[in-house]
Amino acid sequence: MQFPREEYFAPGHRGCAGCGAAIVARLVLKAAGKDTICTNATGCLEVMTTPYPETAWRVPWIHTAFENSAAVASGVESAIKALRRKRGKFNKKINVIAFGGDGGTADIGFQALSGAMERGHDIVYIMYDNEAYMNTGVQRSGSTPLMAATTTSPAGSKIRGEDRPKKDMPLIMAAHGIPYVATACISYPEDFMNKVKKACEIEGPAYIQVLQPCTTGWGYPAEKTIEIGRLAVETGIWPLYEIENGEFRLTYKPAKRKPIKEYIRMQKRYRHLTDEDIERLQKYIDERCRELGL
Amino acid sequence: MCKVKVITGTSAAAEAAKLADVDVIAAYPITPQTTCVEKLAEFVANGELDAEFIKVESEHSAMSACIGASATGARTFTATASQGLALMHEMLFIAAGMRLPIVMMNANRALSAPINIWNDQQDSISQRDTGWIQFYVEDNQETLDTILQAYRIGEHEDVLLPVMVNLDGFILTHTVEPVTIPSEENAKAFVGVYEPKHAYLDPDRPITQGCVGVPECYMETRYAVEKAMENAKKVIKEIHDEFAEKFKRSYGNGLIEEYNMENADTVIVAMGSVCGTIKEVIDRLKEKGKEVGLLRVRCYRPFPAEDIAKALKDAENIAVLDKNISLGINKGALYLDLASTVRDKKVVNYIVGLGGRDIRIEDIEKIISHVEVAKDGETAWIGLKE
Repeated sequence: MQFPREEYFAPGHRGCAGCGAAIVARLVLKAAGKDTICTNATGCLEVMTTPYPETAWRVPWIHTAFENSAAVASGVESAIKALRRKRGKFNKKINVIAFGGDGGTADIGFQALSGAMERGHDIVYIMYDNEAYMNTGVQRSGSTPLMAATTTSPAGSKIRGEDRPKKDMPLIMAAHGIPYVATACISYPEDFMNKVKKACEIEGPAYIQVLQPCTTGWGYPAEKTIEIGRLAVETGIWPLYEIENGEFRLTYKPAKRKPIKEYIRMQKRYRHLTDEDIERLQKYIDERCRELGL
Repeated sequence: MCKVKVITGTSAAAEAAKLADVDVIAAYPITPQTTCVEKLAEFVANGELDAEFIKVESEHSAMSACIGASATGARTFTATASQGLALMHEMLFIAAGMRLPIVMMNANRALSAPINIWNDQQDSISQRDTGWIQFYVEDNQETLDTILQAYRIGEHEDVLLPVMVNLDGFILTHTVEPVTIPSEENAKAFVGVYEPKHAYLDPDRPITQGCVGVPECYMETRYAVEKAMENAKKVIKEIHDEFAEKFKRSYGNGLIEEYNMENADTVIVAMGSVCGTIKEVIDRLKEKGKEVGLLRVRCYRPFPAEDIAKALKDAENIAVLDKNISLGINKGALYLDLASTVRDKKVVNYIVGLGGRDIRIEDIEKIISHVEVAKDGETAWIGLKE
């Protein structure tokens, strides 16, 4: 795949060094191109890219609140349709892309997202999944993985970090019967951009959940973002797949899955885990991978 | 050619949205608003109105979708009531702060708990500080006329604010009255087409909307909304007068309406449909040689303080009726606003009609005789059971 030269996400934003969310935005816009309108939930991506009077967005972009990126996108898409039909405006294909973090998607934004998917709006929803509320200081979300420590699911003497498994958003979205669902990871940019391209081309709602390692929240050196993301995929804790019109397909299959230990030993959020805990986690992942054919 | 139809308040609102040729409607059903969006859905289904109708999953998403659509340059409409309006609360601030001229019909209804579907005005009064222009209409004709005016007002370059048109639940929403419906041609000529210049989403002209308002700029954006509210007072009057000239129907000066005020020492100040009852009482008393006036506040935000002060300059006894209550101070919102405007007069507050409690002719008569002997600043709950 030829990576487009154009950059619609400008450098100079306020993201942390090693921020994966910035990579998400950059890759999505490269794949989607100029004729794109973005909506954004409140969260890291919004805060770090638009402190007035600055903006990192070279495509039209709107943020309103935390829980409604999908609902705002529904309005944008409907307006495009109405104005195209009635007034001859927007006389070309326009991608409407909604961004939300895991909190703004799997938790507080879940209802608006479900509504937009069910109604069949022609929008692409990108959940950039950093597995906690990073913007407010690393609190657990419905997308925080099992046993990860956050400030509201701390590892203590009685509880070993997050005590619930991660909410399976891609499968919940697939259950809406939408034409396209995919997982992606910023460490596999070609795979990710292909999926974004496909999601834009497909008529109707599309949902992509992209794993976005977070240096601050996960606790690893800034230069390791891509490496950690790759390990998430290589260990099978973050499988890459797509569900196109109900057909499930793995888009990447590691030749031999690496042990989860390699992934979690690099991150502070897992540092409390004993060898026994890690074994438990490994079993959980093995089982999930078996189900997916990994 | 205009025609007269005998219709409910919600149908009048739907007819107005149709005449304004709205592009996007996003709505969720809630009593007693529902019949408005049902009517609009019917118009769209029959091809009588060319609009996108987004059947959202909540009022929060209804307002969010309207914001998205309006920010893309579409003329938008929604309708709600009570708990639905409360659910929109967060987004109401955002619509106003982003300067999006969305028009919304609100069917005034009490708020829970206890759950109550009947009329008072607590729902919209609770939204008074969100930056929305607020009208309170007296009848179904005014509902239609005000929604047509609302698009002109909200979309005016000196204003650019969302507009809420409030009509009393059931009393207006479910009561049929003859309503004169302007011809499509005349309505369209009056309302015009929405062509936003300030901000809209367009890939050929990328802009960022809804960015982070750092301390260095936030206050200025709030001040800008306040200035727009101030500008709106003049614009509302102008557009009202233009409407009156074109359609031969008027509502005071657009902001307030004075009724029998010339020789009246006692004046009732009120909003909404109860003004019809008050006018009836005033007419009856006039026949008996007693002069009582009504000052109807048609536009509550922006608050027409100057017009109100001027209208009340000769009044001795002022009775302010509130279909809402600010708990903890035992006063209604209209009283509090008015008392800060009219400082050297006797103003008495009457809490009336909460949760659909009937306001009868006798109640108004009781208020009139009470205010003449009451003390300044008193509050009386009318119809409260011991």
